[in-house]
Amino acid sequence: MSSLAPAGEAAVAAPAGPQAAPAGPQAGGPRRLRRVVMFLVALVLLAALWEGYKWFGQAVHGRVVGWSLPARTDNGSMPHVWDILRRFGQPERRGSSQRIWATVAAGAWFTLRMAMAGFAAGVTVGLALAVVMQRFRVAERGLLPYVVLSQTVPLVALAPLVVGWGGNLTVFGLHWRLWMSVAVIASYLAFFPVAVGGLRGLQAPAPEAVELMDSYAASWRQTLLKLRFPAAVPYLVPALKLAAASSVVGALVAEISTGTRGGIGRLIIEYSREATSDPAKVYTAMIGAAVLGLVVAGVVGVLDLVMMRQRPQVHA
Amino acid sequence: MTAEPAATPEGELPAVELLAVAKTFHAGRGGQVDALRDINLVIERGEFVSLIGPSGCGKSTLLRLIANLTDPTAGHIAVNGKSARQARLDQDYGMAFQQAGLFEWRTVAKNIELPLELRGWDRARRQARAEEMLKLVKLGDFAGHHPWELSGGMQQRVAIARALAFDPPLLLMDEPFGALDEMTREHMQAELNRICEETGSTAVFVTHSIPEAVFLSDRVVVLSARPGRIVTVVEVGLGARNDDTRESPEFFKKITEVREALRGSA
Amino acid sequence: MTAARRRRRAWLPPLLVGVGLLLAWQVFVEVRHIKPYLLPAPSAIWHQIATNKGDILHAARVTGTNALVGLLAGTVAGAAGGALASRFRFIGELTTPVAVAVNAVPIIVLIPIFNNMFSTTSAIPRRLMVTIIVFFPIFMHTLRGLTEADATKEELMRSYAASEWTVLRKVRIPGALPFFFTGLKIASSLSVITAVVAEYFGGLQDGLGSHIVGAASNSAYGRAWAFVTASCLLGLVFYSLAVTGERIIVPWQHRHEGAR
Repeated sequence: MSSLAPAGEAAVAAPAGPQAAPAGPQAGGPRRLRRVVMFLVALVLLAALWEGYKWFGQAVHGRVVGWSLPARTDNGSMPHVWDILRRFGQPERRGSSQRIWATVAAGAWFTLRMAMAGFAAGVTVGLALAVVMQRFRVAERGLLPYVVLSQTVPLVALAPLVVGWGGNLTVFGLHWRLWMSVAVIASYLAFFPVAVGGLRGLQAPAPEAVELMDSYAASWRQTLLKLRFPAAVPYLVPALKLAAASSVVGALVAEISTGTRGGIGRLIIEYSREATSDPAKVYTAMIGAAVLGLVVAGVVGVLDLVMMRQRPQVHA
Repeated sequence: MTAEPAATPEGELPAVELLAVAKTFHAGRGGQVDALRDINLVIERGEFVSLIGPSGCGKSTLLRLIANLTDPTAGHIAVNGKSARQARLDQDYGMAFQQAGLFEWRTVAKNIELPLELRGWDRARRQARAEEMLKLVKLGDFAGHHPWELSGGMQQRVAIARALAFDPPLLLMDEPFGALDEMTREHMQAELNRICEETGSTAVFVTHSIPEAVFLSDRVVVLSARPGRIVTVVEVGLGARNDDTRESPEFFKKITEVREALRGSA
Repeated sequence: MTAARRRRRAWLPPLLVGVGLLLAWQVFVEVRHIKPYLLPAPSAIWHQIATNKGDILHAARVTGTNALVGLLAGTVAGAAGGALASRFRFIGELTTPVAVAVNAVPIIVLIPIFNNMFSTTSAIPRRLMVTIIVFFPIFMHTLRGLTEADATKEELMRSYAASEWTVLRKVRIPGALPFFFTGLKIASSLSVITAVVAEYFGGLQDGLGSHIVGAASNSAYGRAWAFVTASCLLGLVFYSLAVTGERIIVPWQHRHEGAR
């Protein structure tokens, strides 16, 4: 579950639910570099906080003025930062030659592929919904509440459903596989920002622009292609960013609830079971998942640059 | 499909005919607005006619009725000898609004090509015409620029180029120079005058500014306050316009005439 | 159009769609003899809700409390953080990239780690998770609200020689409220979902999420869906509380209401 607050400077309102606002390209290189540096500084600070808390916990033997500290600070519960980093280079299992970072990377790649499939499906459905809702006001009134409502259903409930249906389906001549269920569940999270942001974007053109197209006796389809879609781009790009992040989260949770093997969600669960004997292991998988999310964010960030190159700054 | 109007002898078919036209908004409910009442007007081919009146008098509504962007509550409108709707479907007019309304994701040239794309012109023909139009409005060097890189006046010139792109017999303009400063405005008026002389189009022009109306038009239609009625039509008759026109005594006389008609209408 | 007609136009279509969907669902399950483990009928779910009312309410109270505690903590922290970040640019620059990263990263994976760090009978991991997830939308929206200065209003206050504290009270905070409530609306529904999903990773078994998983693993899908319905309703309750709060505290026109 991502926190659905879009990146950086452009976090904005919507009546029906969380949406993203258009944000034009920010001032180029130096600003971006500063952000990266700040990010690294923040990471170092977090590590320092971690170790600081540990040290403090050890020093006061877990009790402060008679109250016990909420989190245990022994090495079993909170391994040292450098222990975690070192664990990456070590073998996954006793006697296995594969290093953990390789396993984690493979798991991340597996999850990424499922997330991408879910993203593609979610974007398609989301766009189709946005177009239908823009075309028919009645469809917007009738469907939009349910689109918003759909996100209140916890994913864990959908998993058995999707897996069960899938078992009896054949899509394009392929038998349904478990990863497809994961992709479907990921798309369930991804379609929402695209539908809502897409609708907002398609409705964005000023009445004068729509009148201009009317004065050209343009058909609805021509107006859609030549006016509404281009006007929607500044709204779609942040929505796509959200959808990408949501696909990853959806894929992870779906992996766990469908019992799919091979992805990084599964690794996290497995490793967490070994936490008492091997405390640093689960952190490696968790960091792998974090890196996966960051990679996806990076890719979509590039997409943002490419698509918004030709636009002036737009604020909702 | 483009329908070039059938060649008619000069003056046979008026460009625009309005007969007993009325427009009421929200008829029969609370908040009913009588925008226009009993409008009778005939505009001949090649004429430049301005619509002027106090705020809320319905002049923009009148223009939009001609453009078939809204329908009359009563009366009959003929454009180019057809119904207003048919004229719109046949694309017999080009329109320019107060906001230039250019698409920011298109270059200047592509903005001008928009109506041509919708009419199915092939690329070569479109590009050639866009270039021609840009030269006409003296913006030939800006084909590849984006709207936000141009000043307000330049954007309006592009909007006018776009309205002229497919050489419509009729031009409808709703205060297109309203957002410009005085100097640019006078310059644009001279340009518009030149263009209309060259192309011979008919024009219906809505404005707030008396000097602008008098400078540009053959006739100035003065509307009353809401509900709008035609108070009077002033024949301008100033002949060919040039830089000296604005300072000639006849110009001021006509301005006074229009102003008094407006005062009487309030 | 009269006001009554406008209101009817607003809720009639969704109502019709909802009723239509339920009917179609019921008919589909009966006509095609769909097995309950694939898709239980609405009637079966309703029966389960009625039968398990006590359990459902208790579980809802547990999950709801977790969500509420996390929501309150996260909101306070987020608002304070946003206020600080608007005052001291450095803090904003430090936290914004982290916020972006947190958005990108599926932080739900922290739950097993929290379960490790805290005792297994503690509700803290879940509440902490909710707090973290709630923090970021509130922080971002509060920051935006406070920094998006209305130049004209600020100049006016300057011409009144108003102190910075006065400007904050009379201009910037009221100006930031619409943004804050947008963040709150997002955060309120997120808090419930997070609280539910957080229970999935082990720990105490008394909340809605645990019951969903428990019922599903016993193949009692009707019961599972009964708890799912309860969590949807809980989410709706939280969301409507936020909306109501907004209507009371920010009754003036919402600046970013999507105009047609």
